[in-house]
Amino acid sequence: MTTADILRETQQTGDFTRLLESIPYAGYIGLQCDRFGDDLIFRLPRKDSNLGNPMLPAIHGGVIGGFMEVSAAIYLMMSQDTFRMPKIVDFSLDYLRAGLDRETYAECHLTRQGNRVANVMISAWQKSRNEPIATARAHFLLEK
Amino acid sequence: MTDKVLMDRVDRFINILNQARDLGLTVADADAGQLTLCLPYSEKIIGNPETGVIHGGAITTLMDTTSGSVMICALDEFELCPTLDLRVDYMRPAEPGKPVYARAEIRKMTRNIVFTRCEAFQDDGEIVATCVGTFMRIGKDATPKAYRDMIMGVDQ
Repeated sequence: MTTADILRETQQTGDFTRLLESIPYAGYIGLQCDRFGDDLIFRLPRKDSNLGNPMLPAIHGGVIGGFMEVSAAIYLMMSQDTFRMPKIVDFSLDYLRAGLDRETYAECHLTRQGNRVANVMISAWQKSRNEPIATARAHFLLEK
Repeated sequence: MTDKVLMDRVDRFINILNQARDLGLTVADADAGQLTLCLPYSEKIIGNPETGVIHGGAITTLMDTTSGSVMICALDEFELCPTLDLRVDYMRPAEPGKPVYARAEIRKMTRNIVFTRCEAFQDDGEIVATCVGTFMRIGKDATPKAYRDMIMGVDQ
């Protein structure tokens, strides 16, 4: 199955299993995705190997960034009518609160879709959506 | 020039970070105000199986860890500095099968903030990604003494 086939199937069924299996890094950090109507909520269940600072303990900031990057790429792929592979160009990440050793959530918004470049905003939270642990924006190049 | 004392301090610091240990990060070089870490290639961090290219997230973690540890190479006493923000530019995909290195340096350190710059590159010297970061100085008193001593290599 090509990535385009997997994506088509995911768009039709709302089952992200195969799409996530096709991205080893997503499986490595344990990323999950659920669809509610047209909305996608990304989840990062707690996992020992994702921790950084052992004193709090807290999730490694890089893992939070990686989680938000994969989420944005999947969100962008799902929002396209035809299959286009997003390539990340840049990523700007603000850490607002410590990511504690518990499940983390993320949602994305497509701020601007041009012919070749898309701008995506990502917000990650744990306890409440109103208390984000990190916000980010990313530019992606879309290739046919 | 390589400073063995600084290398050992950073080595102890990154080895208590689960994710850094899991990725297999190692200290390649350390000197006053600068640090180089190495991320070995592994299949679990691949982003695109068709090409074998590793995911940007692993490079973000490499650069966050390197930028967040470089203060160990500049401070007389260890203090934990949480990341305020990171800006990462992905210049080109990392070549599969080869390690990626990240070299971070301190551009400016104030009483409250550390400003860093970092470059990720491979053995041919070509830049894979760059990263600008800012880190908060919460002060050494916010870090438990036993933990500080462990990083500094002070015998208990």
